[in-house]
Amino acid sequence: MTLSANPNQAAAPLPGPGEASALEKRVRNALTQRHHAGSAPILLMAHLVLGYPSLDENRRVIDAMVANGVDLIELQIPFSEPIADGPVIAMANQAALDRGFRVAEGLGFLGEVVRQHPIPFLLMTYFNILHAHGVEAFIRETKVLGGDGLIVPDLPLEEAGPARTLCQDVGVDWIQLMTPTTPEARLAAIGAAARGFCYCVARKGVTGRQTEFDNTIDGFLDRCRSVTGVPLALGFGVKSAKDVQNLVGKADIAVVGTAAMEVHRTGGVFAVGRFFADLRT
Amino acid sequence: MSQGYHGAFGGAFIPEILHETFRRLTVAYETARADPAFWASYLQLMENYSGRPTPLTLADNLSREFGGRRVYIKREDLNQTGAHKANNVMGQGLLVKRMGKRRVIAETGAGQHGVATATMAARMGLECVIYMGAEDVERQRPNVFWMEQLGARVVPVTSGSRTLKDAINEALRDWVGSMDDTHYLLGTACGAHPFPEMVAWFQSIIGEEARRQILTQAGTLPTHVYACVGGGSNALGIFQAFLNDPDVALVGVEAGGEGLASGRHAARLAGDGVVGVAHGYKTFFLQNADGQMRDTHSVAAGLDYVGVSPILAHLHAQGRVRFAAATDSEVVSALKHLMRAEGIIPALESSHAVAQALKELPELPADAVVIINLSGRGDKDIFTVADALDDPGWRHFIRSKAENYARRDEHNQIFQGKESGQ
Repeated sequence: MTLSANPNQAAAPLPGPGEASALEKRVRNALTQRHHAGSAPILLMAHLVLGYPSLDENRRVIDAMVANGVDLIELQIPFSEPIADGPVIAMANQAALDRGFRVAEGLGFLGEVVRQHPIPFLLMTYFNILHAHGVEAFIRETKVLGGDGLIVPDLPLEEAGPARTLCQDVGVDWIQLMTPTTPEARLAAIGAAARGFCYCVARKGVTGRQTEFDNTIDGFLDRCRSVTGVPLALGFGVKSAKDVQNLVGKADIAVVGTAAMEVHRTGGVFAVGRFFADLRT
Repeated sequence: MSQGYHGAFGGAFIPEILHETFRRLTVAYETARADPAFWASYLQLMENYSGRPTPLTLADNLSREFGGRRVYIKREDLNQTGAHKANNVMGQGLLVKRMGKRRVIAETGAGQHGVATATMAARMGLECVIYMGAEDVERQRPNVFWMEQLGARVVPVTSGSRTLKDAINEALRDWVGSMDDTHYLLGTACGAHPFPEMVAWFQSIIGEEARRQILTQAGTLPTHVYACVGGGSNALGIFQAFLNDPDVALVGVEAGGEGLASGRHAARLAGDGVVGVAHGYKTFFLQNADGQMRDTHSVAAGLDYVGVSPILAHLHAQGRVRFAAATDSEVVSALKHLMRAEGIIPALESSHAVAQALKELPELPADAVVIINLSGRGDKDIFTVADALDDPGWRHFIRSKAENYARRDEHNQIFQGKESGQ
């Protein structure tokens, strides 16, 4: 048996850094506004799993997040096989599906919250959701509904060619991931293709585990910064005001996922709002 | 540079954090594959430890029953730990040593791969953690018992549908955080590149032997080769040696469960699988219109998997391998048939291949030469089979055993109470 070439490889070469995308401009504007308002020049990006525990509760949580200083929101469309997620988010994925969550509802929800809130919204999901929906249709709908970007953790650079080209064509940013294990040459390739911002994964392991905010992270962010001009988001394990403070001047966006979900689970919507407000103090 | 495609299937759809780990594994595998000394050491280990070559048994009574059509059985059930799984784990074990890692993790459905991995880890001095769906832990308690006795830690996975696919997700999550010193010992020819190719390579030992043996014993190539298909490793193992023999019909048998119309089955290629991407690779998966994986069902836990090897998906697309599905009831009948006819106890998984062969044999040409790949032995399935046969003697045995345990527990509690002065 012989191995044949990747059929996805025929994709057109991606454009270089060029002009900043709409999402990148929104991120930079938000950073400037934070600066002028006298707060720390770092944005907060929240993550939530659509349909967990319900879309109604998602609405209330988003209201609380926006009212308490969240600058971007990543909406996860649940998938039955969330291999890059830790137990808390994986459980939320399954719970949403058990309650009958459908992808069309998630897309409808994106359109709704984009109309209601002036911040960027991104969709995060796994590639099979796009594949089953039709990759092109999914990306075009994301754009029409007002989504700013897509995060697909199981679609690495080698496999993403056609999807990234489509994103580029319709004006939705394909958010690249950089990790501490990514070698230099590969980091450079990812950095060169990055649009909107780069999602830097703070450490090995899935979401929701302890991260030590030490010099290793600083060094990693320096490496990321050296290969791309787009803003940097740092995620995985950010859960306190101290963590966020530590990232000021190093990253542009702090991503808070599992910690906020735990707060919501134990304290409800009000607690989530207070949690994000406290992250900025 | 993307690798590992077989037609439209395969690839490596992995989180970025694992990219370097997969790259290093690919290099280790390709280097080993190009090194004849590695394969020689593998063959030696399999001969000295696993009892290879396994026999190719002429099933005399079945052959007579089917009018002189010759039926041969490739005896992977006679491997160390009772299944073809040994071929893969010992091969990957040698690679783990070569890569200098000290820990292995694995996922298991029926438990056979877990037992095989725990056995290899014990022999090679590696720490071993086995992820297993909580549902499968219940169904396959004897295998859990053996894994633990062999020194492995068995982690029941309670997420999702609590079966093999959830165990795979959990093992991947472990690996994402532990790849520096840990190898994920995937049990079948699925997953991201290079796993399908690597597992198929180690399993090719089955077909290489079977081809030599049938030529010696029957003086001809087989006309038909039957193998069950969960992930597809035993099927690929035997099929590979005959891929370039167009007159040899290759038949993969999936789990028909309660029937394809019932929706409760695991027939991806013979049933209603749809191309998708999950668990790191592109293949046919049982999924709904949104792309969510469906729950699967089979009387055989080892065939209860939602995807199928991308190499088999390609051979299916090419028409080189024909796929069929055997139902749970056909499988239990086939198991009884083989036991009574030949004194061989097949695993429920392997009984799928037997069932399809028995179904087709009456229609085959009179000079047909059939090989059934018997991937594993059936004693592990004693609880499931006894349930399926509703055996009264077995029920009585389990009841009295339970009563004995209850009496012993009660006695111990009283004794401990006296000891502590209560």
